Amino acid sequence: MIMIRENAYLSEKLFDEDIEQGPTRSGYGKGLVEAGEKNKNVVALCADLTESTRTEAFAQKFPERFIQVGVAEQNLATAGAGMALAGKIPFVSSYAAFSPGRNYEQIRTTIALNEANVKVVGAHAGISVGPDGATHQMLEDIALMRVLPHMVVLYPCDVEEARKATIAAAEHRGPVYVRLARADTPIFTTTKTPFAIGRAEIFAEGSDVTIIAAGPLLYEALIAAKQLEDEQTSVEVINCHTIKPLDEKTILASVKKTGVVVTVEEHQVHGGLGGAIAELLGQKYPVPLEIIGVQDRFGESGNPAELLDAFGLSSPHIIKAVERVLTRKS
Amino acid sequence: MKQLSIKELELKANDIRQDLLKALTKAKSGHSGGPLGMADVFCALYFHIIKHDPKKPDWEERDRIILSNGHICPVRYAAMAHAGYFPLAELDTLRKFGTRLQGHPERMRLPGVETTSGPLGSGLSQASGMAYVGKHIDKKKWRVYCLTSDGEHDEGNTWEAVLFAAKYRLDNLTQIIDRNNIQIDGNTEDIMPLNPLKEKYEAFNWNVIEIDGHNIEQIIDACAQAQATQNKPTLVVANTIPGKGVSFMENRYEWHGVPPGKGPEDTVPKEKQLEVALQELQTWREEIEASPET
Repeated sequence: MIMIRENAYLSEKLFDEDIEQGPTRSGYGKGLVEAGEKNKNVVALCADLTESTRTEAFAQKFPERFIQVGVAEQNLATAGAGMALAGKIPFVSSYAAFSPGRNYEQIRTTIALNEANVKVVGAHAGISVGPDGATHQMLEDIALMRVLPHMVVLYPCDVEEARKATIAAAEHRGPVYVRLARADTPIFTTTKTPFAIGRAEIFAEGSDVTIIAAGPLLYEALIAAKQLEDEQTSVEVINCHTIKPLDEKTILASVKKTGVVVTVEEHQVHGGLGGAIAELLGQKYPVPLEIIGVQDRFGESGNPAELLDAFGLSSPHIIKAVERVLTRKS
Repeated sequence: MKQLSIKELELKANDIRQDLLKALTKAKSGHSGGPLGMADVFCALYFHIIKHDPKKPDWEERDRIILSNGHICPVRYAAMAHAGYFPLAELDTLRKFGTRLQGHPERMRLPGVETTSGPLGSGLSQASGMAYVGKHIDKKKWRVYCLTSDGEHDEGNTWEAVLFAAKYRLDNLTQIIDRNNIQIDGNTEDIMPLNPLKEKYEAFNWNVIEIDGHNIEQIIDACAQAQATQNKPTLVVANTIPGKGVSFMENRYEWHGVPPGKGPEDTVPKEKQLEVALQELQTWREEIEASPET
């Protein structure tokens, strides 16, 4: 039986059919209002996507602190940088394909190199964006953001964690990237589930294999772990919501125990969470690793569930990857 | 800081020109044309127009100078050194390992540099973001001066900011464009025409003032008019001569990105370039000294 860690305080309905669902962007919307209530310096900028990035609630509650920039992502990042240099804590939101997709250099120079206290919020990341197709399914943003010095990269797994991540981002001094998804996914953490930037959380304890996941696919990893446990494979599942800075201590301790790793993310297999883990393990503790992600291709239209299956990201694929990696165990 | 006369400001601008050329020569790389062309604007800003305290570069109520075209930073560094932000001797470290005077300016290295710049087209947006906070959120009196180049008006990011500043009626923002008509590959009107620039900005709901960018009185007057203008940002089109003050550098795009000692040799050999340039500037200085006080 899967060993869910008690002090992870996961939802009582974790594996129930009727577990509550929502998109992580909604958690951002709630968190942004809370951050705005806590600190009057929090401001929000949006590039003509106020409703779908869920910046709307903040805009209604604090109209004097909401700035509409129009369809202009370069200005979104740089006007945000200017506001940060004037003492504000700007959250700049758009779709990840456009920010950081289109305005990468502006983020690099005016936010990261400048150490401007800007929070870049990329919504609609991943293949699960669905019917909009490849142009809007951002799969390279973690790679873009995690190579920037000073940038913190957060990828929350559900609505509740996105709420906490947003508040934590506001309290963190310096540039942060927050990656959000469009689709409804299970809300399996609770208000009591611990969250701190830079600290990976062990959600399930096991001894045969470590699954390290980030974002909503973490739920698929838990489903996979549950089935594997039924087949007598003991699986440790780590929520690696902070991709940078990586919690090396927690990850290495787990890997030293299990000896093999599978990473899971809705991103290209190059440069994302899997890449970060490969860099860590390759240098500090080389063990067999399987990276679940998009295999160096662009997405396409479809509904989220069928795309996750077609692109090899859902729980049956995670189970197969675990089986593969176990055969490589020395 | 004591108020300088126009004549004193002209002399200060001359000192700034001489010092930036010396620093560039020691650095063995960097831009000459743009910094010489903007020496009068920088001198007017630091020694007359802006409210600031060189001993307290992060003073909350200061006016902000955003240099968008970061490559002309030698003129900013020289002006800052003369204003007392750091010792003049530090100019010798320009572009060298460990320096605070990076090849393109960095906010985190040198206090008083408001933002990191170099990649073109993003300064006006940052200036607009600051001005938005000053006008609409914090309701402060400080003003934002954004210095841009004409070449960087090829960048879409610049025009995104032009729309933004007009929409939010940022009358605490003054943009001064270095209208010197050159960019790296040649004449701006050949590479990517900007004219009619004044009419473009007016159509975008900006207040536009056109001046001789080497006339310090006009620079000061234009900034005063900008300050008196309500509900619109102001663009000051400063018509300048790149390389101003050094005859063999003036109006030549070949001098855009090289220091004395590395420029074209058709009139002055490389090893004589600094010496001849300083002689010319010194002659100009003596003319200013001999001129009557206005």
